[in-house]
Amino acid sequence: MTVQQARPVPNRAVGIASERVDGREKVTGLATYAAEHRDLQLDDPLHAWMVTSTIARGRVLRVDASAALALPGVERVLDHENAPRAASTDDRELAVLQDDRVGFRGQIVALVLAETPEAAREGARLVSVHYDAEPATVTLDAAGEDDFYAPEQVNAGHETDLEQGDVEAGLAGAAVRVEGRYSTPAEHNSPMEPHAATARWDGSVLTMYDSTQAVHAVAATLAPILGLEQSQLRVLAPYVGGGFGSKGLPHAPEVAAAMAAMAVEGRPVKLVVTRQQMFALTGYRPETISHVRIGAEPDGRIVALEHAAIGGTSRIKEYAEQTATAARMMYAGEHRRTTHRVAALDVAVPSWMRAPGEMPGMFALEVALDELAEACGVDPVDLRVRNEPELDPETGNPYNDRRLVECLQRGAERFGWADRPTSPQAIVDGDWWVGTGVASATYPTLWMPGNTARITADEDGRYGVAIGAVDIGTGARTVLAQIAADALDVDVASIDLAIGDTDLPAATVAGGSAGTGSWGTAIVQAAQQFRADHGDTPDPGVQTTGTAESYPDSVGHALHSFGATFAEVRVHRWTGELRVTRLLGVYSVGRVINPTTARSQFLGGLIMGLSGALFEESVRDSRFGHVVTQDLATYHVASHADVRGLEVDWLDEEDHLATPMGSRGVGEIGIVGTAAAIANAAHHATGVRVRDLPLTADLFLDVPPLP
Amino acid sequence: MKELTYVRPTDARDAVARVSDDPHARFLGGGTNLVDHLKLGLLTPDVLVDVSRLPLDEVTRLDDGTLRIGTNVRNSDLAAHPVVRSSYPAVTRALLAGASGQIRNQATTGGNLLQRTRCVYFQDVTTPCNKREPGSGCSAIGGYGRYDAVLGASEACVATHPSDLAVALAALDAVVVVLGRDGERRVPMSDFHRLPGHHPETDTTLAHGELVTSVELPPESALTRASDYRKVRDRASYAFALVSVAAALELDGDVVRDVRIAWGGVAHRPWRAAAAEEALRGETYSEEAVRAAAELELAAAVTGPDNAYKIPMVRNATAYALRGLADRSSERTGATR
Ligand SMILES: Cc1cc2nc3c(=O)[nH]c(=O)nc-3n(C[C@H](O)[C@H](O)[C@H](O)COP(=O)(O)OP(=O)(O)OC[C@H]3O[C@@H](n4cnc5c(N)ncnc54)[C@H](O)[C@@H]3O)c2cc1C
Ligand code: SF4
Repeated sequence: MTVQQARPVPNRAVGIASERVDGREKVTGLATYAAEHRDLQLDDPLHAWMVTSTIARGRVLRVDASAALALPGVERVLDHENAPRAASTDDRELAVLQDDRVGFRGQIVALVLAETPEAAREGARLVSVHYDAEPATVTLDAAGEDDFYAPEQVNAGHETDLEQGDVEAGLAGAAVRVEGRYSTPAEHNSPMEPHAATARWDGSVLTMYDSTQAVHAVAATLAPILGLEQSQLRVLAPYVGGGFGSKGLPHAPEVAAAMAAMAVEGRPVKLVVTRQQMFALTGYRPETISHVRIGAEPDGRIVALEHAAIGGTSRIKEYAEQTATAARMMYAGEHRRTTHRVAALDVAVPSWMRAPGEMPGMFALEVALDELAEACGVDPVDLRVRNEPELDPETGNPYNDRRLVECLQRGAERFGWADRPTSPQAIVDGDWWVGTGVASATYPTLWMPGNTARITADEDGRYGVAIGAVDIGTGARTVLAQIAADALDVDVASIDLAIGDTDLPAATVAGGSAGTGSWGTAIVQAAQQFRADHGDTPDPGVQTTGTAESYPDSVGHALHSFGATFAEVRVHRWTGELRVTRLLGVYSVGRVINPTTARSQFLGGLIMGLSGALFEESVRDSRFGHVVTQDLATYHVASHADVRGLEVDWLDEEDHLATPMGSRGVGEIGIVGTAAAIANAAHHATGVRVRDLPLTADLFLDVPPLP
Repeated sequence: MKELTYVRPTDARDAVARVSDDPHARFLGGGTNLVDHLKLGLLTPDVLVDVSRLPLDEVTRLDDGTLRIGTNVRNSDLAAHPVVRSSYPAVTRALLAGASGQIRNQATTGGNLLQRTRCVYFQDVTTPCNKREPGSGCSAIGGYGRYDAVLGASEACVATHPSDLAVALAALDAVVVVLGRDGERRVPMSDFHRLPGHHPETDTTLAHGELVTSVELPPESALTRASDYRKVRDRASYAFALVSVAAALELDGDVVRDVRIAWGGVAHRPWRAAAAEEALRGETYSEEAVRAAAELELAAAVTGPDNAYKIPMVRNATAYALRGLADRSSERTGATR
């Protein structure tokens, strides 16, 4: 019998709160990250240090490496003239050292290889690069109106524009109208482990320990650039110290490490990106500006909604944040227009950062909803309930199981929302204004085809489960074992899971909140096929490999997760300082596979949302073109003292339309809506409406009393 | 790698001689600022003279009541010192508002005063900076200006001094004791750091090779006991000040007998608000009077779009800090205002 598609599995191990299986290795320092692998290190690696451009646009005239090469320990200096030639330069972000063009400040212009990291770094300092600089446009403000264009599609394959009904007529005829310009700054993912790689080329195979969210994708992307077959690249990522999207796609430093390894055949090369270099070379969330217009009935029911998003991208490679897509499916309303325009700038290449699209887009939309609630005199929770659509406004399809209202209501009850005074500036506690706010959260349920899992029967009733998935710190290693145990109907302790290696069956990226669901489906399918092939008492050594090409039940449905975020903030009446004293997220995400690790994802999402609300801002210098807040002392993320009453809750549910485990994703939804809930709470506290992130103290100085 | 010599003298005079004789030598304290600068390529000394183990690590009360703080007293230890906590609370509060627990455990008193600006362009060798490279230009002007000075800046430099401790010491009239080739000299805190003028490369009035050996606080008094430090920042912890206020207030009924105000985050050095103090001394205390005095001090302020917020912020923070002190004063004396 062939198992065409995975079938739902009963939950036994799934749903149990269990600790991370690799927690001990991590906290004791035994877990080896990309720059720490002994087997390659023993072979005496060369250390690579990147020299990066100090102009935003122009040409490299000459790279003078003589002083660097004279330094003891420096072995080689690669530049665009002597670096190995790439077999493909189509992707200009990844065409490292292939020509003299400089597309942004911070681009790799030379690579120093030395016996020690110290010599490499000093060597890099001694390389002098001569440029012919050209005028550059590096900020949205500096871009002319003509510079904005409609990309062919926006990130994740969404349509650029979508129009339903007649928005202008709808707005014109609406009893209540709100309109605003909302912005989010560029933000950098800044995972704790910097991007790093250790690579060795033995003449036929390039082995690379990489800090990545997708080993197979790295191999598939790099192979054609390096002129290799994909099978000639072995990429391993046993442990990864966070990615938040920045390790979802390979970036230039990985190409540099691979290329350097091929230039010094037999010798491993180790490359670690510095924190400062991460602000130019490893992706970031681009700045977004949203113009939102809403027309509604007097009771708050939306009749027309426009979300027009603009943003920046890099001239050398397009990335268009899908800022307006949440407005397509979030609320009811007959007339709707959502558009995206981008301007190509001479800046570093933006990329994925946790909940691309939803994070900035829902900031705009959910603050606008708060403004609508105020304009209509309707409670913000009720307003959202009133705008609950029956069918997905974008596709007309029924939802899988849209339970936003339940999240809002459960959250309101738990948070004590009913006691909230309606008007702003109503609560003063000593030197502080106090206010509360709410926002909805959503994240699409993505499912990626093409994952393959291999099940092997071992001695003593143990089972090997192999898939090239990556645990980037989320707990994948823990939950995939739980899924495998249920799928094979055995105890979780008898599962031996192998992940993070391209020698294992192919897996898609740990991203889009789709890793666990997509990999898990493949494991379930392989396990069911294994049982069909080998029965319940298989002979040791027998194996089955299964690939999940589809999971059919989702077809014809709009699959999304939902949530509600409630925030309480205090704003200092003298200094304007804002502190978030309570944050509650209630989520509907299908079956929660492991409450311990899922809770961590929600908490982390809320904290990152808080951090984006109050602190995070990559300040790009309009003259030089690089981010000047390029370390964690100047690019602030939330500190422990900023994170206070955090609470997370979720609905008890199973969604077998989404995956055979009944689960949807949990990785990103926590960051969505959080900044809006905080901004709305700040407005409730002070009466000051902030439409631009972050909400800094200077915005709340000398707040005038409300009339 | 850039080779350098590391020496660990056992005697302060020896340390002074080694650095005085060599323009490429530097003192090393806890290293929390200097080592970053080595890594960033801001500084390429040939010799590091580690003074952090010299036996200058005690807090002692002199016969006249002066509190002497050895330069090697770590920031954490100084903050926790019982006499400092009770008699000079502004010092403890300033220290605890700075950096992180780990950094305070490592950082020394002298090193703290001599830490350099956090101006993002100063810390980035790829951008012009007069402080790092005299004559190259000031990138902060026309650039990222959120932390820039509003008082006493020059066309050459608009950076602020980042130390919290220094602001508290300035308010309390501390004196820095310095050892040079020609012996010891005593520098009042208000003369220790400089304004940038045409020479932003020089942060202080110390000569190369002069070693901070201790900091002295004047004998405790009603004023020093009634001192406080208030730091304003977006992040609740582990952030440099947007602005900060060190203040001390002695009330006689509701008349200001004496007052001290120093500001951080507004200038190239801790800014002693002498005009504001003068305006308040002998006057009836009121929040309005404090605000007016702060405005007077700020009359000469120059701001740009990024840092204009500092004017109302420091004014409000000053009013807030003094109100706290006034409230405590009236609690003590039972006076009502
Ligand atoms: C992330 C971060 C956040 C921080 N936040 C804050 C903050 O919020 N508030 C704050 O005030 N500080 C903050 N700091 C700075 C910290 O307080 C200083 O780095 C520390 O006080 C410096 O002391 P040190 O002994 O380590 O000095 P070092 O780094 O050793 O030296 C600093 C300078 O002082 C000189 N020096 C050292 N000792 C002497 C001496 N005895 N005589 C003469 N010269 C000497 C050195 O040559 C060097 O130029 C922060 C630092 C970091 C890294
Ligand atoms: S403000 Fe001062 S430290 Fe900053 S760039 Fe200008 S000169 Fe340098």
